Amino acid sequence: MELSIGKALNAGLRAAMDDDAKVVLMGEDIGRLGGVFRVTDGLQKDFGDQRVMDTPLAESAIVGAAVGMAYRGFRPVVEIQFDGFVYPAYDQIVNQVARLRFRSEGAVKVPLVIRIPYGGGIGAVEHHSESPEAQFVMTPGLTVVTPSNAHDAFWMMRQAIASDDPVIFLEPKQRYWDTGEVGDEAGIGLHQSRVAREGSDVTVVGYGPVVKTCLAAADEAEASLEVIDLRSLSPLDLGPVMDSVKRTGRVVVVHEAARTLGLGAELATRITQECFYSLEAPVQRVTGYDMPYPPCRVEHDHLPSVERILDAVDVTGEF
Amino acid sequence: MGLPISQTLAPDGELVAAHDFTPEDLRGFHRDLVLARRIDSEAFALQRHGELGLWAPMLGQEAAQIGSGRALAPNDFVFPSYREHAVAWCRGLDPALLLGLFRGTSLGGWDPAQYGYALPAIIIGAQTLHAVGYGIGLTLEGKEDAVVTYFGDGATSQGDTNEAFAWAASYHAPVVFFCQNNHYAISIPLERQTRVPIAQRAAGFGFEGVRVDGNDVLAVHQVTSEALAKARSGGGPTLIEAVTYRMGAHTTSDDPSRYRDPHEADAWAERDPLLRLRTLLERTDPGFAEFDARVQAEADELGAHLRDVCRNLPDPDLAELFEHVYADLPPELVAQREEVRSWS
Ligand SMILES: Cc1ncc(C[n+]2csc(CCOP(=O)(O)OP(=O)(O)O)c2C)c(N)n1
Repeated sequence: MELSIGKALNAGLRAAMDDDAKVVLMGEDIGRLGGVFRVTDGLQKDFGDQRVMDTPLAESAIVGAAVGMAYRGFRPVVEIQFDGFVYPAYDQIVNQVARLRFRSEGAVKVPLVIRIPYGGGIGAVEHHSESPEAQFVMTPGLTVVTPSNAHDAFWMMRQAIASDDPVIFLEPKQRYWDTGEVGDEAGIGLHQSRVAREGSDVTVVGYGPVVKTCLAAADEAEASLEVIDLRSLSPLDLGPVMDSVKRTGRVVVVHEAARTLGLGAELATRITQECFYSLEAPVQRVTGYDMPYPPCRVEHDHLPSVERILDAVDVTGEF
Repeated sequence: MGLPISQTLAPDGELVAAHDFTPEDLRGFHRDLVLARRIDSEAFALQRHGELGLWAPMLGQEAAQIGSGRALAPNDFVFPSYREHAVAWCRGLDPALLLGLFRGTSLGGWDPAQYGYALPAIIIGAQTLHAVGYGIGLTLEGKEDAVVTYFGDGATSQGDTNEAFAWAASYHAPVVFFCQNNHYAISIPLERQTRVPIAQRAAGFGFEGVRVDGNDVLAVHQVTSEALAKARSGGGPTLIEAVTYRMGAHTTSDDPSRYRDPHEADAWAERDPLLRLRTLLERTDPGFAEFDARVQAEADELGAHLRDVCRNLPDPDLAELFEHVYADLPPELVAQREEVRSWS
């Protein structure tokens, strides 16, 4: 079945709701409007306003109330309308959601999915293009995942809802309209990374919106690039990354988020620790710069581009 | 339920309460309303022509904004959200300055101190706390100025807004909370945010709330002037609920037909804020037709100015933006700036 990423997410939510009456959706404008990106389109019509709830405009309350519902045995899936609006809920996520299992020594589970359209490239105004993933990855207790294609969008959503742990589900909003085949089987687990394209010279690691950019770079590169799609940012599955680096000896990590203490920092450290003797060049990073997300007329100079990835690939070849 | 809604000028253009406005004041309001509507319609058209990424229209809310904006004194300070284009007009901002944010060439682009007008808050409710802090600052300095913050009905559900109410009451801060209740937060109707009139909530925090017909520029001006005078003289905060209606979409990306009954807007069209003042002036001001013709010509000029400025707004240079991240550019950012330059 060929679907856009947005429609695949919708289908994933629908299937999960069909399967389990305890799955409820909550968020701003997700009901009649179907969400500002229409990811929940039609779900309130079919499941009713008790299972697809339009909420008051309050992110801390959306997440905090979802915690209470989880105590009551529900499996809430909440939508934060845009990345920049998650911060009012940050306290609930970091101080409550992430710690409840640990504090209760396993007695309380929080099967909560927090959906966040994230990333730039859509020409939006302020607070609509942020990449906050590292803030959640550094919070123990949270699972953080992001699909890069329609198949994963559908299946990872189902896996995230089925998980008994809280999942930050980052949706690459720039890619909502990209289409792809959605297969009948989930394939790999929610926490696994995958080789998106095989290659032998340089390993390019990305996730979410930049996977497409990395694949485009691989199409254009003279060298043979192996592209790894991390899918899960916390926990990290570095098996495929390490296998690849041991063969190529060269790595470029790509993300939209600012550079300092971005995921690239963790990846570079782990790769250095585990593949030191295989490395032919220092790990290169292609990232957003260490500034607040700039006005959108210059966002394309800020975001990782095919050119910048190819340049970093060349740098790894100079050693 | 509860509080009455003050009104001075009825929808049919009849005066239903006494007022102190001179004929010149009334003409001034008319001019502001017409020009504000032109700023809005011109920006909307610019978005449709691809010149702006987004626009948040204020059609229908002109009287709430002009009535309150014109009540402000030069030393007052405004903390707006993103739809207060007409308040910005009252503060003397060239409306072209508002376009940068929506075109994506800037994240604001003016010095708030110059206009007594802060940069717009897109994060719902955030600015209400800034207003309280500013107000506390005024009190600490012994100043007799006031601060106004604008927000929507949806914003009253946010923690920040409720914390601002609590603080303003606690510190007796000279803050006017100006809520434009336009009945929707994107698709969510008022009933999902509150089960009592918004103004009524102020009582629970310990200060006064007033409701006003937000489409009546005269009544809005009157209640705002009173609230500001109270704030300046140490009377503490007021919550004004201007009852109005968003005639258009939430933003140019929104489709209100998905969540609104089309006839609902028809009823509000009859309460159009421009029409009712025009009706009054046509009946009572002998030279109005001539004045109005001049205002229309002025609106055409303003429209042309906006089109011209908008198309010529320069894109920023990413490398130069590094200058503004910190007061002193750290070495790491110098290196990143050079990296960006190497690409241009
Ligand atoms: C914290 C936060 N959450 C969500 C949004 C997305 N959003 C932008 S405007 C809006 C509705 C605001 O409604 P209201 O406060 O009534 O103001 P209005 O737009 O009607 O003037 C929403 C949900 C946001 N900007 N900030």
